[in-house]
Amino acid sequence: MKMLRLGLEPRRHAPRYVQVLGLAFSLFLALLAIAIVFLALGVNPVYAYQRIFQGGFGSLYGLAESATKSIPLMLAGVGLALAFRARVYNIGAEGQLLMGAIVGGGIALNFSELPRAWLLPAMFVGGFLGGALWALIPAILKARFRVDEVLTTLMLVYVASDFVRYLVNGPWRGPEQRGFPYSSPFSLNAQLPHLGVTRIHYPTLIIAILVAILLFLLLVRTKLGYEIRVAGENPAAARYAGMNTQKIVLLVLLISGGLAGLAGVGEVAGIHARLSPPEGISPGYGFTAIIVAWLARLNPLAAILTSFLISGLLVGGDAIQVALNLPSATIHIFNGVILLFVIAGDLFTRYRIRLEARS
Amino acid sequence: MADAQQAVVMRGVVKRFPGVMANDGVDLEVWRGEIHALLGENGAGKTTLMNILYGIYHPDAGEIHVSGEHAVIRSPQDAIHLGIGMVHQQFRLVQTHTVTENVILGMGDGLLFREREARQRIKELAEKYSLQVDPEARVWQLSAGEQQRVEILKALYRGAAILILDEPTSMLTPSEIEELLKTLHRMTEEGHTIIFITHKLDEVTAVSHRVTVLRRGKVIATLETAQTNERELAHLMVGREVLFRLAKEPVKTGEAVLRVDDLHALSDKNLPALKGISLEVCAGEILGVAGVAGNGQREFVEALTGLRPVTGGFIFLKDSEITRTAPRVRIDSGMSCVPSERLTAFIPNMSIAENMILKTYRQAPISKGPLLDHKTVNAYADRLIQEYAVMTPSRETPVKLLSGGNIQRALLARELSTQPALLIAASPTSGLDVGATETVWKLLLEQRKQGRAVLLVSEDLDEVMTLSDRIAVLYEGEIMGIVHGEENNLEQIGLMMAGALRLPQEKWA
Repeated sequence: MKMLRLGLEPRRHAPRYVQVLGLAFSLFLALLAIAIVFLALGVNPVYAYQRIFQGGFGSLYGLAESATKSIPLMLAGVGLALAFRARVYNIGAEGQLLMGAIVGGGIALNFSELPRAWLLPAMFVGGFLGGALWALIPAILKARFRVDEVLTTLMLVYVASDFVRYLVNGPWRGPEQRGFPYSSPFSLNAQLPHLGVTRIHYPTLIIAILVAILLFLLLVRTKLGYEIRVAGENPAAARYAGMNTQKIVLLVLLISGGLAGLAGVGEVAGIHARLSPPEGISPGYGFTAIIVAWLARLNPLAAILTSFLISGLLVGGDAIQVALNLPSATIHIFNGVILLFVIAGDLFTRYRIRLEARS
Repeated sequence: MADAQQAVVMRGVVKRFPGVMANDGVDLEVWRGEIHALLGENGAGKTTLMNILYGIYHPDAGEIHVSGEHAVIRSPQDAIHLGIGMVHQQFRLVQTHTVTENVILGMGDGLLFREREARQRIKELAEKYSLQVDPEARVWQLSAGEQQRVEILKALYRGAAILILDEPTSMLTPSEIEELLKTLHRMTEEGHTIIFITHKLDEVTAVSHRVTVLRRGKVIATLETAQTNERELAHLMVGREVLFRLAKEPVKTGEAVLRVDDLHALSDKNLPALKGISLEVCAGEILGVAGVAGNGQREFVEALTGLRPVTGGFIFLKDSEITRTAPRVRIDSGMSCVPSERLTAFIPNMSIAENMILKTYRQAPISKGPLLDHKTVNAYADRLIQEYAVMTPSRETPVKLLSGGNIQRALLARELSTQPALLIAASPTSGLDVGATETVWKLLLEQRKQGRAVLLVSEDLDEVMTLSDRIAVLYEGEIMGIVHGEENNLEQIGLMMAGALRLPQEKWA
């Protein structure tokens, strides 16, 4: 008897349209899988998706919120795209973001009287250095002692997180906060301007877009970018060609850490105007940025779009949480499932799927 | 055919792999209770033949009889049922499990894990065949020799009457080898039959009763070991048919371009891999390094190119010492390399153009300051594609889509376009068809004519003999001798490759 069976046949090369279609198909499958979660929660998935889309993209307010939340995702995401290109798996952007917030916030609190034109740039520079130095620890461990950066970057997230908690509960707690774990509010000079009535702190958005373009050009047009791509695709070939692979590891970790640090400054100076416990500074932007980078297929320009897409989902997710009375974990499930499917969806670009007759 | 004296009979066994005839009508007869050596160079088809007997590969033609019965062996499971065991060159043990657990792994008789009984039987077997090993030790704690004993115990525990050993001495120390040979004799006294794959002549004469010599997938001869000698075996092993002759014009050699003095380096396992290598390669000369694979070739090339730390000795390129310099310094001072692992020289997912600049991207006019000049890159790639006749739809095609011959052509194009003083070519034609091989050979001879120094490291003796002015033979990390690349030195080379001859240094060419 003949039976039909799904078979996989390796592709030697996937043209770009296959990559895009594969990605779209993975996203579609992810939405189907999440629909099961909605059903289990007793919510009509079609209705839920409608509300998510409306919440994130369906109104000016939603769009503005999505743009606001896309800023940290974009900054951290393009940095991660660069690191992942070199096959350096920095998954601790969240910690680097928090360290950026600490250094930027520290400058804001200690030099509050400086004129704005000095204070804000100083906060950004400090935040970049804070994030970069936090990434320097795993970078040295990897380059010198071959310690797996996945573990070290991840573990340092918790260290950074507890450090923030210590600061806002201890030395940096504002005396006027009546025991609540917050720093004093930043002076006006240490706050980023917003676009109209929105919360879009546009200086950070401009920086993020510029950085994305610069990193794209770096990868395609420069010797260093070439080295990063070669080292990521084939480390043995990089060594054979006389490239300094340790330097590349250090550099991409520093850059991705620094950019996450900038994102941290953007959050505290553009949204909160004070330091708060880690959950208050970032609801996991550093982790979500991993999805942003992967969804963009590690292309910094594409990360501009994917950061906006993902932040729209976040905003929409917040909306249904309130509207449909769903647990707040729902949106985390959402993100996790999407990342899982996007990574597993690589299958479609590496293999051709066909029906085979089996006897 | 019901002769019970014949443990294994293989008739007309054929096995084709893409582009290679691994076994070409092989006849093999192994008698009960004998140690039968299977001798041949790398790629002669020894391991393939034994993998067929053990059920890992399926022959395209031919038949097999085991203990006088016609046998169809579809899997190692079938082979084990027929009383055949195999110890592979790479041990297949679970490092974190104990010896006992490894021995009974996969036996699957019943639900219960009868560890105590198993341990008892392992102890008995170990005693009987003097295979000393602690049944409760974990495999990672054991030396290579002990791990091999576990593999042999595994086979015996499964009731193997016929034991295949694939290059069993390659990982062992001299005293461990002695122990192993004793065990093997002990086993034949108990009526076991042993097939011993090797390329070392001294082992053949030391241990075997009979020997079958394979060359290029064919049986050349089966002999009683007592009635032959190392000289004859060496000749049978390397004797060869000439594929095609290339005109090698006389070239006046110049000064030494590469000078290696007493070079030492370690293997990946931190064992000495290079033990004092000294040689010189002059301008206008091809120096061939012959040897059976795994005698230090890879480590030698990596030490020369700067990818493996040197633990002693010196390397000079032209007049400057480069022993401990970074790979980049060596590239910039005129060293090119075609590595045997082609993958280390290419980025398969990147375009031909981007692969072509792998060695030159740092230099003007390919790059200007920190920027790559894409126009120059493209022009450069187009020029190389044309000059070296690389067949490709375009320079933007990813390298992985090219054929093996074209990849090698592109690789040579890149490595030669920099006008290197020294070209290191490691197995430059492995896996290539005859036409592509000829192209590569002609390119190498062309370099010689242009006065470059070429170091050719190859396990293909045909290639070394065809191209080299002088031939150095590498055996277990040492140079056994250097001779002129003439046909009548072939026998000497064969003996040196098998470790049976060492030329005194004053006689080196």
